Amino acid sequence: MQNFTKFGRREMLAGGTLGLAATAASAALINGESASTTQLSSDALPDTTPDLTGAPYLSHAEAGLVGAVFDRLIPQDDLSIGAVEAGCVDFLQRQLAGDWGHAATRYRAGPFRPGTPEQGDQSPLTPRERYRTGLKAMALAVSKATAKAFGDLSADEQDDFLRAMEAGHHGDTLKSVFALMLQNVREGYFADPLYGGNKDMAGWALVGFPGARYDYRQEIDRPGADLGLAPVSLMGRTRVPGQAGGAA
Amino acid sequence: MASALTQTPRTRGKVDAVIVGLGWSGSLMAEELTRAGLNVVAIERGKWRDTATDFPPAVDMDELRWATRRGMMQPQAVETVTFRNTPEQTALPVREWNCFQFGWNVGGAGTHWAGMTWRFTPWDFEVASRVKRRYGMDGLDPGLLLQDWGIGYDELEPFYDRFEKIAGTSGKAGNLKGQTVPGGNPFEGPRQSDYPTPPLKDTRWMGLFRQTTEAMGYTPFTIPAGNISTEWTNPLGVRMGPCTYCGYCEMFGCGNWSKSSPQACILPALTRRSKFEILSEAEVARVNLADDGKTATGVTFVDANGQLWEQPADIVVISAYQIDNIRLMLLSGIGKVYDPATGKGTIGRNYAYQTISGANLFFENERFNPFIGGGALGLQIDEWNGDNFDHSGLGFIGGAGILVNSTNGRPIGLSDQVPEGTPAWGSEWKRALKHSYQNGTAIFNQGTSFAHRKVFADLDPTYKDRHGQPLLRVTFDYNENDRRMAKFTMDKAVEIGRKAGAKTIQAFNSAEGHNTPYDQRSTHTTGGVVIGADRETSALNRYSQSWDCHNVFVLGASSFPNNAGYNPTATVGALALHSARAIIERYLDKREGLVAA
Repeated sequence: MQNFTKFGRREMLAGGTLGLAATAASAALINGESASTTQLSSDALPDTTPDLTGAPYLSHAEAGLVGAVFDRLIPQDDLSIGAVEAGCVDFLQRQLAGDWGHAATRYRAGPFRPGTPEQGDQSPLTPRERYRTGLKAMALAVSKATAKAFGDLSADEQDDFLRAMEAGHHGDTLKSVFALMLQNVREGYFADPLYGGNKDMAGWALVGFPGARYDYRQEIDRPGADLGLAPVSLMGRTRVPGQAGGAA
Repeated sequence: MASALTQTPRTRGKVDAVIVGLGWSGSLMAEELTRAGLNVVAIERGKWRDTATDFPPAVDMDELRWATRRGMMQPQAVETVTFRNTPEQTALPVREWNCFQFGWNVGGAGTHWAGMTWRFTPWDFEVASRVKRRYGMDGLDPGLLLQDWGIGYDELEPFYDRFEKIAGTSGKAGNLKGQTVPGGNPFEGPRQSDYPTPPLKDTRWMGLFRQTTEAMGYTPFTIPAGNISTEWTNPLGVRMGPCTYCGYCEMFGCGNWSKSSPQACILPALTRRSKFEILSEAEVARVNLADDGKTATGVTFVDANGQLWEQPADIVVISAYQIDNIRLMLLSGIGKVYDPATGKGTIGRNYAYQTISGANLFFENERFNPFIGGGALGLQIDEWNGDNFDHSGLGFIGGAGILVNSTNGRPIGLSDQVPEGTPAWGSEWKRALKHSYQNGTAIFNQGTSFAHRKVFADLDPTYKDRHGQPLLRVTFDYNENDRRMAKFTMDKAVEIGRKAGAKTIQAFNSAEGHNTPYDQRSTHTTGGVVIGADRETSALNRYSQSWDCHNVFVLGASSFPNNAGYNPTATVGALALHSARAIIERYLDKREGLVAA
């Protein structure tokens, strides 16, 4: 903490009743720090488990399709575990249940008009709606093109279809949901495990990221060295070398 | 939705000064004014946030929350801008996270910033007169709006010095009282004293850049940083701690009291003063004017419960984000709106940005350990910045700081850092990413940006914020001058990358095509309510005082007539301190314009 002693008595701030609070505005209006209070703010901890007491947003079939796609985007191989094993579908269900799924921060007022590429995405849809419409359109397109379900295609056929989606050959809706899935699978694979993905810090082990470490003052004096730092999660756990998830 | 703004407001007691927005500028101004004995109320839209209570190490190292989902920034749902490249287009709202990174807490963007703490060079303040003198205007883009700031580097120097001492800035002087000092930036303006704390250490990539550029005859130096290298007790008696190179800096709060911020440097002193009060989660809707239209009577704001209030004050200081400063002037009807057709009017004029180019580099057998990082941890060469080289015959003015920046190794953000042509997914992507994580890096050119006749900001005719007030409409694209500069400096970055031994070099140039707010290489939007010597071309005089309303002062990067090849914060801080001294030493006795119009 800072040294406050130089300023003598605390003239103004004390807990939640501050300064001129009595003069006018409502109590909720006026905030301030008490020097001695270091208790976390009520919203300081991350919202890692949005309400999952009900059914998850994506249906069993939708989640199955997402999982099949995720495991092609980040497949299991000699480097590390695949996306589904790493928890990326669970990660996505939690994200869709929370603020992000509802586009809580997005500017959503109309009128909605198509713009130039420089003006960016003007869609009125939330991520939840983009998944629902996008996955439905994808299942139809796969069926039309191959007469099979995506999960019944070979890995190479799946990759071919995904490449076509990525390139926009199946239209804007599929291109858009592909981009969203790629964004989310990477997030799930590399975010702190406390959000439900990155099992055993497999994503961090893949690239060699030490995770939630906070002090490299010793390490900066060893430029270019192999530091051999096992990753650490905000949940306070260190990855055990050789743990599921591939080479540590 | 019924707007809170249609209510009959309740009225608070009158104060000497009301401050709108409590970031760097607002807290510096409040510190000066309360120390001079004035009663000050600061109104801040964001919440109260502090180191121990909101971003200690237990919650800070969370890339998804703070960087990917931008947990510290003001959502677009609260307010965004509309954007278009040319006046002929229809502006549309910028709906998602983008380059405009408004703060959303007490401390403003000064809490989540990276920490680069630059002084502008003497040239940056006098571009118009110096260009005319050295080169003439022939061959330059005829739409450029060049004008001097009405204040020079020498006059601002003591305020830069004060800001650095409050912030605890780490660095190495290159020019002490006119004497060149080895190890620092030889192109900087003369300094009265060295930086408060020594420069940060080099990472592996910084060391390689240092060695390479020295061999090429350049003078690399450590970037002045607000991620400070050692303990520091500032002139307000507030103690800071050393940076731990944790790599969770830009877009994050600092849990170590080592990133300069209002929380770490000013608020602990300020909040102890009986003459100071913060109203947080309260949003100012407009400045109120007296019947004469030349005097502000205070501000109108909405509190967290949707209650409308008036806060009467003798002095109104507008120190919100640059975008909101412009918007508040327009919503309040202070000054004349800029008209691109006639060139008349000043509010919204001289909007500018930062012109970025550079090179992505991929080495073969490196181990950069990118997770050892800091927001301002880096090196720069200034040989191609500002007017540090001869521009004769080049067809442009300005330049770029060519820098390397060891900010972080956060993997979601780096998951695209693979050589062009690599698939974006699948095993091939995984293999490439694993290699690039330790071997990929970049050289970044942070370039000047000059105002142009066709670039401006005004109120959008269609889109509104949550209270029903118009959003700011930004009309921006790169001008020909800045495009030429970006290409010129891009080639320099490529050459350095080649000499450093990169196997794959991919040049980039933001100014090659049209600008989009989703190009997030820089967050530095500037101008719109600029200072100057001539009230026909500036909204404020040299003391940041409105030409039209003598008791309104506007602080922030909105004051810059042109943007330099540096980050804006120290100049924002110096201008705030300069304005504060003018209010205390000159304005309080006179209560009139400090410069004859």
